[in-house]
Amino acid sequence: MSKISELSLTKIVNGIKKKEFTSLEVTNEFIENSKKSRKLNSYITECFDEATKSAKNFDQKKDFKGLLSGIPIAVKDLFCTKNVKTTAGSKILHNFIPTYESTVTNNLWSQGAFLLGKLNCDEFAMGSSNETSFFGNVSNPYGKELVPGGSSGGSASALAAELTPATIGTDTGGSIRQPASFTGTVGLKPTYGRCSRWGIVAFASSLDQAGPMTKNVEDCALLLQAMSGYDYKDSTSIDTKVDNYSSNLTEKVKGLKIGIPKEYRVENMPKEIDDLWKSGIDYLKDAGAIIKNISLPHTIYALPAYYIVAPAEASSNLARYDGVKYGHRAKGKNLNEMYENTRSEGFGDEVKRRILIGTYVLSSGYYDAYYLKAQKVRQLIKSDFDKSFNDVDAILTPSTPSSAFKIGDKSDDPVSMYLNDIFTVPINLSGLPAISVPAGHDKNNLPLGLQLIGRPFDEQTILNLSLAIEKRANFNRNFKNWWS
Amino acid sequence: MNERKFDYFINGEKDKWEVIIGLEVHAQVSSKSKLFSSSSTQFGAKPNTQVSLVDSAFPGMLPVINQFCIEQSIKTGLGLKAKINLNSVFDRKNYFYADLPQGYQISQYQNPIVGEGEVVLDMPYGTKRVGIERLHLEQDAGKSIHDMDPENSFVDLNRSGVALMEIVSKPDLRSPEEVNSYVKKLRSIMRYIGTCDGNMQEGSLRADVNVSVRKVGDKKFGTRCEIKNVNSIRFMEMAIAFEAKRQVELLESGKKIDQETRLYDTKKNTTRSMRSKEDAHDYRYFPDPDLLPLNLDKSLIDKLKKELPELPDQKKERFIKEHNLSPYEANILVSEKEISEYYEKVIKESDKKLATNWIIVELFAVLNKKNLPISESPISAKNLSSLIKMISSGKISGKIAKVVFEKMQNGDRDPNQIVEKEGLIQQSDPKELEQIILDVLSKNQDKVTQYKSGKVKLFGYFVGEAMKISKGKANPKLVNDILKTKLK
Amino acid sequence: MSIDKNTVKHISKLARISLDEKKTASLSKDLTSIMKFIEKLNKLNTEKTKPLTSIIDASLKTRKDEIKDGKIRDQILKNSPEKNEEFFVVPKVIE
Repeated sequence: MSKISELSLTKIVNGIKKKEFTSLEVTNEFIENSKKSRKLNSYITECFDEATKSAKNFDQKKDFKGLLSGIPIAVKDLFCTKNVKTTAGSKILHNFIPTYESTVTNNLWSQGAFLLGKLNCDEFAMGSSNETSFFGNVSNPYGKELVPGGSSGGSASALAAELTPATIGTDTGGSIRQPASFTGTVGLKPTYGRCSRWGIVAFASSLDQAGPMTKNVEDCALLLQAMSGYDYKDSTSIDTKVDNYSSNLTEKVKGLKIGIPKEYRVENMPKEIDDLWKSGIDYLKDAGAIIKNISLPHTIYALPAYYIVAPAEASSNLARYDGVKYGHRAKGKNLNEMYENTRSEGFGDEVKRRILIGTYVLSSGYYDAYYLKAQKVRQLIKSDFDKSFNDVDAILTPSTPSSAFKIGDKSDDPVSMYLNDIFTVPINLSGLPAISVPAGHDKNNLPLGLQLIGRPFDEQTILNLSLAIEKRANFNRNFKNWWS
Repeated sequence: MNERKFDYFINGEKDKWEVIIGLEVHAQVSSKSKLFSSSSTQFGAKPNTQVSLVDSAFPGMLPVINQFCIEQSIKTGLGLKAKINLNSVFDRKNYFYADLPQGYQISQYQNPIVGEGEVVLDMPYGTKRVGIERLHLEQDAGKSIHDMDPENSFVDLNRSGVALMEIVSKPDLRSPEEVNSYVKKLRSIMRYIGTCDGNMQEGSLRADVNVSVRKVGDKKFGTRCEIKNVNSIRFMEMAIAFEAKRQVELLESGKKIDQETRLYDTKKNTTRSMRSKEDAHDYRYFPDPDLLPLNLDKSLIDKLKKELPELPDQKKERFIKEHNLSPYEANILVSEKEISEYYEKVIKESDKKLATNWIIVELFAVLNKKNLPISESPISAKNLSSLIKMISSGKISGKIAKVVFEKMQNGDRDPNQIVEKEGLIQQSDPKELEQIILDVLSKNQDKVTQYKSGKVKLFGYFVGEAMKISKGKANPKLVNDILKTKLK
Repeated sequence: MSIDKNTVKHISKLARISLDEKKTASLSKDLTSIMKFIEKLNKLNTEKTKPLTSIIDASLKTRKDEIKDGKIRDQILKNSPEKNEEFFVVPKVIE
């Protein structure tokens, strides 16, 4: 691997500013890496010609005002990018070319970055292993037969393999944090409402959030700052000031109180995960933080509640994919037949499962028993967190119940796949910010991440705490390049 | 005065039945842009030119609510004397159709913006109070055109997303006549407030009509059928009449009524079933997660209340008191805001009684003949007022005034000018009239003798002759008075 | 609650997704197992709890009544699989 792509995003940004290298040199390297790495199947659409043009353009104009001046970035194929195919990993959108740009990606381009390509993901963001994409599975750089996690699997894989200096994904039940944990990278899900959802293919509206995925915490703060902000076109976007996450980043966390929720110590928890958690506690103690035991009593009900709310909202959000306005259309003798064939052909199995569950739990006679009940459980889970944040400033848990598993291991049983999200889902239900930072390895040398959960709009605190962990964990992405 | 009793019943073969009707009126909000997007709402634009990415449900699109539409629905609620709910929720109503690009309609289900209210009708048999159940805001759908191609339908989304107020009445209506009155009253109230133009030809106002029947004396409601999307008052009346008869016939033959949705066939004047039971929609309502709950401040409601114009019922009471009108007259003059404004302009400087008569009888005849609303009246309020002033002052007679009125219609001419130009000023000089009358009497000595010996009907003949000689300009009252004295 | 084949057929009709017999059978199995998992919630008494109505503690932002959109017919029709110059074209509806 050549040198530039091994650098962090922050170092590349500074390198371009200091004229140590040009945007074109940076872009060419990432394009080279990407071309050599097609075995990973991280990309759905490559935008290398356009990126090269943009880089040349940048080097001519030399506008260094942006936070991401001259940086090529590949993004999850859930963000609508103007005139660039956007598929959401689905056959039903396999030929969809938006005439508009999502707010979040537009924010990146306003900061001087440009599009390198669209990255693979689970279909409509539904999955935890990137095995449901119409465009094929993605491999984890840590091993050909390993999943990179999901749904932002292509993003995590491309990031870890250094095919892009940084990337953005979306997180509805853990889709940024879990793949970050599986690939030894940093992934942050911001507070609900921090980043705009306008122009992002919707999965579950009350849970979806876009977030940064980066090689280290410093990069994460930078990218979060570039992405965030109020958008009047999104009625769930919050009009609150974007902190200077980057310049306020510090590992001075002395005196901060960290909660350790006992309910996250689940039955049959692998010892390695428990040990990792203990290391995390030690790192933070070493940094001067105060550790407190807390209780989040409704934790075990989070996953079942999530698998009511998310499919219900998805079943409605995906009703627009009917073959009339865009995307795949099948033949049909009449309108209904056309709808039924289009959606049957266009959606994969997991998406069908979730649409049907969602339709069922909302259907006549069942609304109170399921959807309304789930929203009540959600209130209880959120209240658990609210109460805890009276006593602590952040909460530390493992990110995932295991390291990356093998492709095909869990695809027979939907429920066993769902259990991957056990530590991440409660956070989406409560709308809180959370970050996964790589902190150790399992006995097979596969990466494991720790999760920090913060108060609403207090991304700064969890970034700072992650930095403290990062500095002490001395984690290295030490896989061999088996693919190029 | 109550001229008659309520008498709309269906006389079946076995029993006497009454008809129970409830209406769900869909009224398009008068606003420039749509409820959740900034596209125009103007009627008649070229297909799909008033459509945004949000209206056509592209991936990643999100709704943003129009403040003005919220205020319009609050004002309408206030006009219906209804409770305004400070907290309401927008829900998704999920179903599939070609004119529904999202696959759901954003509506309000359990927590509408307006609650219970009332509309008061003046029926010939007395006052009828019709309860309003609720009013909520929702998106209109686009249009599917089925008759341009044998195998395909064409979809135009211009209307998709326009704000609708759905006004649900309680099942208080009992006849097509009451429905007619109710829809007209609703329409009038909304036009007064300016929240809906009520233009049924353009689709601004349409209704789903719920009809059931029960034997007179029964307390329980029968099974109802919903007749969907009726877009004229006349069709509503006819559809109700047909449907009520259909239901009575079914029930009297021992059969049951299937609760179903029906369509009114305007050509055959029948209703027919629209959907079978299996295809019945399950709308799977749930709160729209792209929107937050709507929480209104009482200060907004108070502000909007102050902005309301005088409403028809209030205006009617005031007209009766201040202008000494009969309830019948007042009803007509307040039925449209524009009519009441016209009337009040006319009576600013002219006699109220004459004004009432001239507007209700003469002007309305012209407007009806030419099919014009009062806002396009060929005679302005100012000029009508001048005409009436001339009658009051005796400058012209009532008869001549009608002639002048005809001529005024040609370009809203000033009646004073017409009268001057054509020499139509009434002859009111007693000396002149005396001369004319003496002339008439002298030329008809024999008739004078007959009159004096008892043929009193000849009085009219003498009046007629005097009018003839004066070319109709003689002041009839003076002619009468002078003639009386001369014939003593 | 088990989701039998007839239920699968019913909800797939509501969701406008056609399924063959094989798919219907496998979905019946999958959905039943997912529902079993979801039904863990029944153990929790939520009678006195109010449902979450919004994650965000904010009021619904509104916009002014201005025409700022539309007149983009080409863009709107561009991605449609079947269209003509003015309309989306769909197979006929049976009413």
